[in-house]
Amino acid sequence: MNLSKSARWGLTAITGIVLVFIYFPLLVVLINSFNASKVFSWPPTSWTTQWWSKAATNEGVRSALLTSVKAGIGATLIAIVLGSMVAFAVARYDFFGRDSISFLVILPIALPGIITGIALNASFSTVLVPLGISFGLFTVILGHATFCIVVVFNNVVARLRRTGSSLEEAAMDLGAGPFQTFRDVTFPAVRSALVAGALLAFALSFDEIVVTSFTAGPGVETLPQWIFNNLFRPNQGPIINAVAAALLIAFIAPVYLAMRMSDGPSRVVQVGAEP
Amino acid sequence: MSALATEPMTSPPSGGSSSGSAFLYRHPRLRLTGLLTAPMLWLGVLYLGSLAIMLVAAFWSTDEFTGQLIKQPTLKNFHTLLTGQVYWVVALRTLGIAVAVTVIDMILAVPIAFTAAKVVKSRGLRYALVIAVTMPLWAGYLVKGYAMETMFINNGVIDWMLAPLGLKGPGLGIPATIFSLAYLWLPYMILPIYAGLERLPDSLIEASSDLGASAGKTFRGVILPMIVPSLIAGSIFTFSLTLGDYIMVKIVGGTTQMFANIIYDNVGVANNLPLAAAAAVFPITVIVIYLLAVRRSGALDNL
Repeated sequence: MNLSKSARWGLTAITGIVLVFIYFPLLVVLINSFNASKVFSWPPTSWTTQWWSKAATNEGVRSALLTSVKAGIGATLIAIVLGSMVAFAVARYDFFGRDSISFLVILPIALPGIITGIALNASFSTVLVPLGISFGLFTVILGHATFCIVVVFNNVVARLRRTGSSLEEAAMDLGAGPFQTFRDVTFPAVRSALVAGALLAFALSFDEIVVTSFTAGPGVETLPQWIFNNLFRPNQGPIINAVAAALLIAFIAPVYLAMRMSDGPSRVVQVGAEP
Repeated sequence: MSALATEPMTSPPSGGSSSGSAFLYRHPRLRLTGLLTAPMLWLGVLYLGSLAIMLVAAFWSTDEFTGQLIKQPTLKNFHTLLTGQVYWVVALRTLGIAVAVTVIDMILAVPIAFTAAKVVKSRGLRYALVIAVTMPLWAGYLVKGYAMETMFINNGVIDWMLAPLGLKGPGLGIPATIFSLAYLWLPYMILPIYAGLERLPDSLIEASSDLGASAGKTFRGVILPMIVPSLIAGSIFTFSLTLGDYIMVKIVGGTTQMFANIIYDNVGVANNLPLAAAAAVFPITVIVIYLLAVRRSGALDNL
């Protein structure tokens, strides 16, 4: 598009400023994780790697990390199955109420997390607890899966719409049944979208704190909860900073990969990562 | 459940497929039912059922001494909320913060989205720019919360940057909360605007300038009206997320309370689930009214 030179310059400058605005605070966290000071101080005057090693050996951090990984894997597996089932139904069939179903899938993430959290808390304590199922990791997984479904759904439904159904029809015309068509034609076409959805669902679950705090039982602490619970305790600052810096680095590769594998980055986050 | 759109017009599969497969082939509705049953049990029963229980619980109460739930319908919770002045103050403050966050994000998002969609010529660079604004979404809510704390805290990074000018940052409080929430939700605003601008043909903008409109006039007269649905789509996120947030305000808000803190504290500290459920009706109502109001704009297709 033709723009005047000054307009082009102005826009590039604003874009640069906004990018600095986005990344500067994260960079501060990274730099400050090597700050030798025991209390928060900026700018750093001396350097150390001891907070990283202390964070890596911290009992609370390790058990919280394990809990988060378990919850993430559980929620992601459920989301893969349910999300792709709805995606197939919505993309390949025309039926009454189809739009309502798309809406229903998006709802758990369109409503604030606190609403989903409190609703699940209310229903678990009135239905599950009397049945003898108490709040714990299981209820966290139930909660996380509810809002992870949409991420898998979004990725798979976009891929199914893009690829169309002509290849599947061709396979069936040539005599393949539904199972064989799925195995040899449909699944290979959606595989990378499914992987992208799964990675993002895991990332979403791993980062979640609001629904978690309403559905976790006593003794169940995910990594975000550990950070939050320690944020207001004295002397924990440097370790939190190191954990935060580690999370920043750990997230880059899988999320970048997920974006490359899905149908364009804007698609991935149309319904993005609500905390 | 009715007709199927994409059914191939062929005879059923013959050689090589199992009888179950052939049976499914002949019964597309059965396939559809098979696909939808489990997800609908989850989302329709577990999730919507939970929302329904929450709305019912809003009419319950708790025993003041034992803390036990009393499952008899009462309007007590709504009476408490509607007559308590503090609830009105916090509700209005929260709405004000949500509006401020939304406006800030719009102002920041439009130029960067426009640059990505229309100014950058190379496809690779455009893709890199979109990824660059998207990546922080997944950087971790609390990591970003912690980052904001280091910026705004007393003698933090902002104070350090302003010191040479003889100035001091705003410290922890409402401005820090607004800025931090705007920081968190910015990608949600950029992406729908980017998607909207990508669909806007360059020729419209060129026609406008060929006909003598200034850049400002082209923006107001051509571009802005075309991206209104995108702006609304973005604002649904910024608004809804702000109404539900109680964590960021705890980290950078000092003693400030937002509406979600009322909900959270009643579930946790006060152990009054019914009052919390009744309070949750406020953000739900605001968001539903907002969704209904913007439905005609086509913004929901941009979500």
